[in-house]
Amino acid sequence: MTDTPSQSIGVTVRGLRKSYDGQLVLKGIDLSVEPGEIFVIMGPSGSGKSVLLRHVIGLEQPDEGDILLEGQSIHTTNVSERYRLAMVFQSAALLSSLSVAENVGLYLTEHRSRKPDEVDRIVTEKLEFLGLKGVKKKLPSELSGGMKKRVAIARALIIDPHLILYDEPTSELDPLMTVTIGEEILALKERIHVTSLVVSHDRDLAFGVADRMAIMNDGEILFVGTPEEVRRSSHPFIRQFLSADFKFKQHTDPS
Amino acid sequence: MFQSIGEILLLLWRTFCAFPQLWRQRAKIFEQLFEIGNSSLLMACILSIFIGGVVSLQSGPVLAERGIANALGGLVGISLAKELSPVMMAILMAGRIGSAMAAEIGSMRVYQEIDALKTMNINPIHYLVLPRLVAICIAVPMLVIFSMLVGWLGGGFVAVANPRIGITFQTFFSNLHDVVQLKDVMNGLIKSLGFAFVIGLVSCHQGLTTIGGPRGIGRSVTKAVVNSIVLVLILDYYLTRVLLPFDHD
Repeated sequence: MTDTPSQSIGVTVRGLRKSYDGQLVLKGIDLSVEPGEIFVIMGPSGSGKSVLLRHVIGLEQPDEGDILLEGQSIHTTNVSERYRLAMVFQSAALLSSLSVAENVGLYLTEHRSRKPDEVDRIVTEKLEFLGLKGVKKKLPSELSGGMKKRVAIARALIIDPHLILYDEPTSELDPLMTVTIGEEILALKERIHVTSLVVSHDRDLAFGVADRMAIMNDGEILFVGTPEEVRRSSHPFIRQFLSADFKFKQHTDPS
Repeated sequence: MFQSIGEILLLLWRTFCAFPQLWRQRAKIFEQLFEIGNSSLLMACILSIFIGGVVSLQSGPVLAERGIANALGGLVGISLAKELSPVMMAILMAGRIGSAMAAEIGSMRVYQEIDALKTMNINPIHYLVLPRLVAICIAVPMLVIFSMLVGWLGGGFVAVANPRIGITFQTFFSNLHDVVQLKDVMNGLIKSLGFAFVIGLVSCHQGLTTIGGPRGIGRSVTKAVVNSIVLVLILDYYLTRVLLPFDHD
């Protein structure tokens, strides 16, 4: 297939605050993502990572603060039309009543931007790009977790996005599939130079794909830096988060 | 309650605003129409035969005792056309279609499919609500016509078969033809259109406001069916009041 270079964009989050039922979930988030980079937000469950992502794509309205795409607020009328944003949901969020091909081509068919045969060709290209062959007519319920995630990525790619947001892209996946998804995220950066904002608590994925990363806890950004800078951080929570591991049983070799 | 009323009115307004999208959504409207017809036709047929039959069975002997059994066709015809077919079909639709709408949209909301639509700049009102609302507003009046015809037949069969009534099929339908006018059928169809609109709107609203996983979906489905039936019966009274003057001209 021909890889279409995408125009990557920068994202700036300024003083973002959000509360639900009086509980402050985002406590004034400030961060900046450079065009074309893979920026990973890592933190424990319930730290507000996914809520932050939902604000960036416009699914939530902030109480305070703003999100800027290339310096323009996403609440400015023409910004959402000028820049194409796509999101890969934690649950993949494929429409269960549609086939894989219909899911992937949904944006094009609903916006009537291409003819049906052209939509079919583009869908086939995107699915093959992600190593998915022979699944076009299947329903999402017939796919494995990893395949669903890759179909969700294909659906995100169909709009030629300037920015892709990944919400826990490797949750519920086995280690092999986690590596595959990580490789896909890296491959997309290489091939279409898209800006990627990844939310994850998977340390292996985060350190494997990130150009820069932020550590988030309890609605606050604790640290922003390259993976190496994060590893060297002396912040107690970051040290604890990165070093947390099982205390495994001591197995003895019977031989 | 007031919040729900406000949300339903807002949904109504947004759906009206989406009407220019109607032609673009025609494929989904046909899909929904097929879904509604396919799942309801047999049930509507059975329900209507027995409703017609029971009206005949209850009133036929009483009329026959007073020597006016010949008037049974008109009685069955009018009661089915103006009241029983629209209301019973609305209750059937609330149970079968309203619940399905609330469950489908509710699960889409819970499993983030509606969020996914929004991220693709696809308006859920255009994509989900408009086709369903238009389809149910077309399907219910059609089902009501079908129900009237089948119900009249059911009434006729019972009138002929029951020796205590003892009239012929021809007498039954001749009287029905004399008594039931087009305006009576229209009365029932106008009512059914109102009922369909209420069922569609309430069910879609319940689906769109679903929260909290499978239990939330179950709660939405129950509320969609119960609220639809209650509103249909209340609306039935007021529509009957509004349409009453047209019966006497």
